[in-house]
Amino acid sequence: MAAGGSIDALSQFKLHSALGPIGASVNFTQANLMMVVASVLVLGLLWLGMRPRAMVPGRLQSAAEMAYETVMNMCLETIGEEGRKYFPFVFTLFFFILFGNLLGVFPYFFTFTSHIAVTLALTVFVVGLVTFVAIRIHGWHFFSYFVPQGVPAALLPLLVPIEILSYVSRLISLSVRLFANMMAGHVMLDVFGAFVIMLGTAGVIFWLPAGFSLAVNVALIGFELLVATLQAYVFAVLTCIYLHDAVHLH
Amino acid sequence: MSEEPGADRPSPSFEARLKAARGRQGLDAPPPTSAGNSGDIGGMSPWGIGLRVGIELVSALVVAVAIGYGLDRWFGTKPILTAVFVLLGGAAGVLNVWRLFAPRPTRGPKVQDGGR
Repeated sequence: MAAGGSIDALSQFKLHSALGPIGASVNFTQANLMMVVASVLVLGLLWLGMRPRAMVPGRLQSAAEMAYETVMNMCLETIGEEGRKYFPFVFTLFFFILFGNLLGVFPYFFTFTSHIAVTLALTVFVVGLVTFVAIRIHGWHFFSYFVPQGVPAALLPLLVPIEILSYVSRLISLSVRLFANMMAGHVMLDVFGAFVIMLGTAGVIFWLPAGFSLAVNVALIGFELLVATLQAYVFAVLTCIYLHDAVHLH
Repeated sequence: MSEEPGADRPSPSFEARLKAARGRQGLDAPPPTSAGNSGDIGGMSPWGIGLRVGIELVSALVVAVAIGYGLDRWFGTKPILTAVFVLLGGAAGVLNVWRLFAPRPTRGPKVQDGGR
């Protein structure tokens, strides 16, 4: 927040240990705590939602069923019929990221997806799994993925490295997209929040711009909700697209 | 006499009215419209396209520079491999963008990718 007249928008991402001395002794940070909270919320939604097993679902059961159907449709439409196999993975990924993004919008909560360490770890896992799936299904034929079709052989020494780089760059593009979107949103919120305090305490004539900053912040919170959902969706869809490429290979 | 409205119920227009009502409530998916050749751009806002293209271009370059620099340190050929990989990375970035906007053959399931 605004400390001593200057805006310090990045200190909100600093990690500190949570859960008192026990957490401090094992370096359990608030980001880890938020991951646990997100996981518990997802599991709780599914467990409590599906407990009634009603033919006509209630509100919570509807939410759980819609969550299931949305991700299942995403898998089937993007990957194809083989998508059923990868549904649990995509579901876990999507809801972990979605809840992580959404928890960050609440005051006193922390957005663990605003750390590139977290998003890069998720992405390494995704790309590793995709590569593993492709090699498992296609064997050595997988490496023909890097050889574009219908190209004169003289150009291959140039094109194969480019294809490999394009494949590896998924690691960066997928992780940076999620991380940058979440971090940028929270920096904007912090900056405009600091404007409100600094202008509000500067004198009566600055109350109008202070109110304007507050209005911008309200709009930004709504925008953050949109971005949080959209980014989780994009992450899951891109994972599905990569799985599609791995399963069908060209 | 009083049964007349009840007997009237399963009229041939029932199917049509049911279909219309389901369509209004969004229960039936509307017939798929072919959104041009490059179906990717359909769902993306201009901001989304800009951010997506920027990230794709830069990420390929970042990976390439990292690999080139690492190989340079390994082999002790300081500037050469980095320079080569910068060019390759730029090309890979353009390839990523081309993949994003290339006209896709419409076989198989429609892959939509509304990124930001």
